[in-house]
Amino acid sequence: MSISLLTFYLFSAILLLSSLMVISTKNPVHSVLFLILAFLNAAGIFVILHAEFLAMILIIVYVGAVAVLFLFVVMMLDFKTSLEKDNILQYMPIGLLIGLVFIAELVIVLINTRLDLSNIQILTNPLGNFMDQSNTQAIGSILYTNYVLYFQLSGIILLVAMVGSIVLTLRDREGVKRQIVSEQVDRKGKIELVDVKSGEGVDI
Amino acid sequence: MIELNQFLILSALLFSIGVIGIFLNRKNVIIILMSIEIILLAVNINLIAFSYFLNDLTGQIFSLFVLTVAAAEAAIGLAILVIYNRNAGSIEIEKINTLKG
Repeated sequence: MSISLLTFYLFSAILLLSSLMVISTKNPVHSVLFLILAFLNAAGIFVILHAEFLAMILIIVYVGAVAVLFLFVVMMLDFKTSLEKDNILQYMPIGLLIGLVFIAELVIVLINTRLDLSNIQILTNPLGNFMDQSNTQAIGSILYTNYVLYFQLSGIILLVAMVGSIVLTLRDREGVKRQIVSEQVDRKGKIELVDVKSGEGVDI
Repeated sequence: MIELNQFLILSALLFSIGVIGIFLNRKNVIIILMSIEIILLAVNINLIAFSYFLNDLTGQIFSLFVLTVAAAEAAIGLAILVIYNRNAGSIEIEKINTLKG
């Protein structure tokens, strides 16, 4: 058994076990932490598949941003779970049935299929064009040329997501004093200048 | 040498775990969002495996876009979750029955 096969089995075993823990633990914080473990192992799988750039992006974006976002939400909101045990397991039979049918169908199909990918002629960006470049250089050289429209569109999607989540979570609180600049500048008619005589003061 | 089918079976198992997570979870919506992340991760593994075994870089580009959309979806989903929790006081799936469906 080669080293790469051994690493593949190690990474995929931890990936599957930790994603099972994500959906089965009671505590949502533990779920997020197991999700981070799953993403790290998926990054290992990506490295085995020679997609180093995507592996690092997965660690930066998912572990660094998305999982921390989940962790923030889990820790800031006060989740009150009042469900009883039998209520939780109410949908267990139908869920397990659908899941097992899903797994069985997919695995049966995949075991019985031998895909021959050696003589496919429809490649748009064959790796042979990027022999002297690293993975990151190769991705950049086609992402910013052939796929620049899609790249800009994904930027717009992120902008819409950012604006959407800000608008959704923004709220006006009652009784908060705010600075109104126009009233502040236009205060000439509202103030009165008084000459104060020495030693007398003024009545307010 | 690792075969393509091993990656595809791994990705199929991961996808099924995500689907089962959506069905079995009764406690809160945040686990459902995490199950969707797991499903998208399975899709990404599929794309990158085909990219490697076809010697084609397009799969990795597509996987990058899937990552982008997944991040946007997680942000929007969590924002909706926060305001739902603020309005309804709970995110238990059993209690989300406004539409009586």
